[in-house]
Amino acid sequence: MKTKKGLMDFLSENTFIHILFSIILGFVVGAAFLAVMGLSVGAAYGKLIDSVTSLKGFSYVVVYSVPYIVTGLSVAFSFKTGVFNIGAEGQFVVGSMAAAVVSILLPDLPKPVLIPLCFLTAMAAGALWGSIVAMLKVKWGINEVLSMIMFNWIAFYLSNFIAGIPAIHNTGSAEATKNISENASLKLSKEFIKSAGLATTANWGILVAIAVMLIVWFIIEKTTLGYELKAVGSNRYAAEYGGINVGGSILTALAISGALGGLAGALQLMGMGQRISIFSSQEGFGFAGIVVALIGCSNPFGVFIAGLFYGALIYGGSKLNLVGAPTQLISVIVGTVVFFIAISVIFRYLKYLKKTPKAPAAGSGKEAAKK
Amino acid sequence: MSKEHVDMKTPVIEMRNIVKKFGDFVANDGINLTVHKGEIHAILGENGAGKSTLMNQLYGLLKPTSGDILVNGKKIEMNTPRDAIEAGIGMVHQHFMLVQPFTVTENIVLGTEPRKGISLDMPTARKNVVEISERYGLSIDPDAKIEDISVGMQQRVEILKALYRGADILILDEPTSSLTPQEIVELIQIMHNLTADGKSIILITHKLKEIKESADFCTIIRMGKYIDTVDVDTVDENDLASMMVGRKVTFKVDKPEQEPGKVVLDVKDLHGVDYRGVEILKGLNLQVHAGEIVGIAGIDGNGQTELVEIITGLRKGTSGDATVNGVSVFNKSPRFGFLHGVSSIPADRQKHGLVLDFSIEDNLILQNYGSHPFSKSNILKREPIFKHATQSIESYDIRPKNSEKRPAGTLSGGNQQKVIIAREVQNDKDLLIAVNPTRGLDVGAIEYVHKYIVEQRNRGKAVLLVSFELDEIMSLSDVIDVIFDGRIVSSIPGGEANENDLGLMMAGGKKA
Repeated sequence: MKTKKGLMDFLSENTFIHILFSIILGFVVGAAFLAVMGLSVGAAYGKLIDSVTSLKGFSYVVVYSVPYIVTGLSVAFSFKTGVFNIGAEGQFVVGSMAAAVVSILLPDLPKPVLIPLCFLTAMAAGALWGSIVAMLKVKWGINEVLSMIMFNWIAFYLSNFIAGIPAIHNTGSAEATKNISENASLKLSKEFIKSAGLATTANWGILVAIAVMLIVWFIIEKTTLGYELKAVGSNRYAAEYGGINVGGSILTALAISGALGGLAGALQLMGMGQRISIFSSQEGFGFAGIVVALIGCSNPFGVFIAGLFYGALIYGGSKLNLVGAPTQLISVIVGTVVFFIAISVIFRYLKYLKKTPKAPAAGSGKEAAKK
Repeated sequence: MSKEHVDMKTPVIEMRNIVKKFGDFVANDGINLTVHKGEIHAILGENGAGKSTLMNQLYGLLKPTSGDILVNGKKIEMNTPRDAIEAGIGMVHQHFMLVQPFTVTENIVLGTEPRKGISLDMPTARKNVVEISERYGLSIDPDAKIEDISVGMQQRVEILKALYRGADILILDEPTSSLTPQEIVELIQIMHNLTADGKSIILITHKLKEIKESADFCTIIRMGKYIDTVDVDTVDENDLASMMVGRKVTFKVDKPEQEPGKVVLDVKDLHGVDYRGVEILKGLNLQVHAGEIVGIAGIDGNGQTELVEIITGLRKGTSGDATVNGVSVFNKSPRFGFLHGVSSIPADRQKHGLVLDFSIEDNLILQNYGSHPFSKSNILKREPIFKHATQSIESYDIRPKNSEKRPAGTLSGGNQQKVIIAREVQNDKDLLIAVNPTRGLDVGAIEYVHKYIVEQRNRGKAVLLVSFELDEIMSLSDVIDVIFDGRIVSSIPGGEANENDLGLMMAGGKKA
């Protein structure tokens, strides 16, 4: 009883250890599933590790991670500022479609012009998507979570509609847009990929992701804007009393968060996809961003690592059927990890409640989540 | 008076050499407490001295780092409040833990309801509740809903809740902080009834008067350290105060005579509505001059809150005007008011005054983060921010020291207030508005807050003081304006006021 309590205390006070613990538990539960199905745990996890540790494998992991890192940063940014951007999914979709349209309609612009233009349009589209929701919240008090979920679907059907417009639609057999212009692609040259032995989809999107990580960290920690957004996020009354424009801050926070979601969409399109298919279901990059932000504790650097981890699971998971294990094992592991991280928040909250209001709030969930 | 009940043999509670550390911070440093049966034992200490931490260990909410807890001579490991309840300890928290839409009876029996088969036996529950309430003279209405009853009755419900669970030892945490004077008298009577029946009471407080009126013994804690346990009959309030803060305390405010200067705040025919849209300010007129403290005396709900919110830009008025140094701040933003000379110590320090998750250094720049020297081209400059905090912590005696990077939420109430005062005084505006600036603070902190308010006045600033503590209004104000029903009904020089006249005017009566 006593040691157990000690362990709980230790876990709820050290966020990093807790996350690590949750990840280990995720793999333990995954192993249990494998064992129940009569599959070899060693073979499956061995394959998972093998497939992401080779140079080629790791380059795939990096490529896979880019959209998750950037949507993760989008969600983390919103967490820091007290709103919950569950709409990264929709922002991702409008962002990638905006970039696709620009690069399909202006294919002959030179690379140094077209690529930034695609990025900016995608960010503008995502920012617009986030801002509309913010306006609804600020003007009429409409809960952002509800409207964002609806806006995710609006983005979904809007993207399918645009993909069907003759100027955009692929005239061939595929149910997708035309391919984007070569000048908008972020892919590395074929010769280089071959000589270096990298993934065939290797691109320099990761550099953009690193830049975004640094910018997000800088805004949150170093600027007056970050100060305002965090103040509104943690106590809007004190922020208002201190002279900060609360509505304006919520608008700015969701616009920036939306811009990041849109940028993630452009990176996925220009780095990996090269075209957008007609969706039959939501692709889930934005929702994965929530998981990544959660695992990364909303810390920009943590989110970067968590994005790589998530990318590794997705890529490694796709190789599992080679050893006869189901790809869905990854969903079990990720689900379990999220479950245990979420439980930690609940535990911290319970601990916080147990303490009287006067006791130091050292173990409170909000504070620990900040670290 | 109840000392004949004291059983000197085995103490009901004994805490031996209790040490509690939070990281490097030592909240309790070797504290001893001995409570005998039938005794009212006060625990006295400043805000943040470690009183609540000590009691939370006795009630199983925190575990001591070292030291022993004995109940009736037996060593007990308190892991959860359930262990404490089983040992016969009950606690009434400062902030009540009651279910608002439930009745008094339902709240008291919650968790230990009598049953009949699978259904609740509410008639029996009601009978039991009435029985114990009569036994200890705790008058309550068993069928009233919590949301409909007074704070005093809610407190009696909390006490009954503990008694219903068989508590022999009651911990009362700051029980009088939200009670009216009449309710305080009743509470002290109830405490005596309980001890006459063999219960023991631990009273956490920083109010000296109440200790003198109710307690048998008093244990004093200062900055986490055990100072002494004294027989209350052998000491007076001044002794207790100096033991608590570790120096002589002056209750008098030193305020030199001075001629007020030009008009700083001028409120003309102000009308405004409250949160329900009901008109609450009905043509209020008010002036505050430079170098003068104007105290607003009034019963809560007569428009004080709305008046302050309109001047500080947090609320829109319907008509009239409010100017500061001739510039209208009426229906402008809080920032506009700040830039034109308004600073304020808000009534609710945790809601408006501080961002509790923010560090102290960040809270100290809540209005100034965007200007020199704390930022340049929208980039925060950490070094001046840190330096500013270090210097504020030093000159405003914010404790603990070296707390620049600590979240404001980890400070005690008094020290949180010091952070706000440090910020608002250093903003150095012509008008300082202070609303209930000493609520919940101990004598040491009150003395300190008063000193700074008077100092602002002496430096030629205009001060508008809104307080529900008549003593505070009378000892600080140069002019007392009585507010009633949305208007200032009379304005009298501070020196000429007496409590009776003020009370009459606050209730809407005319001055005799």
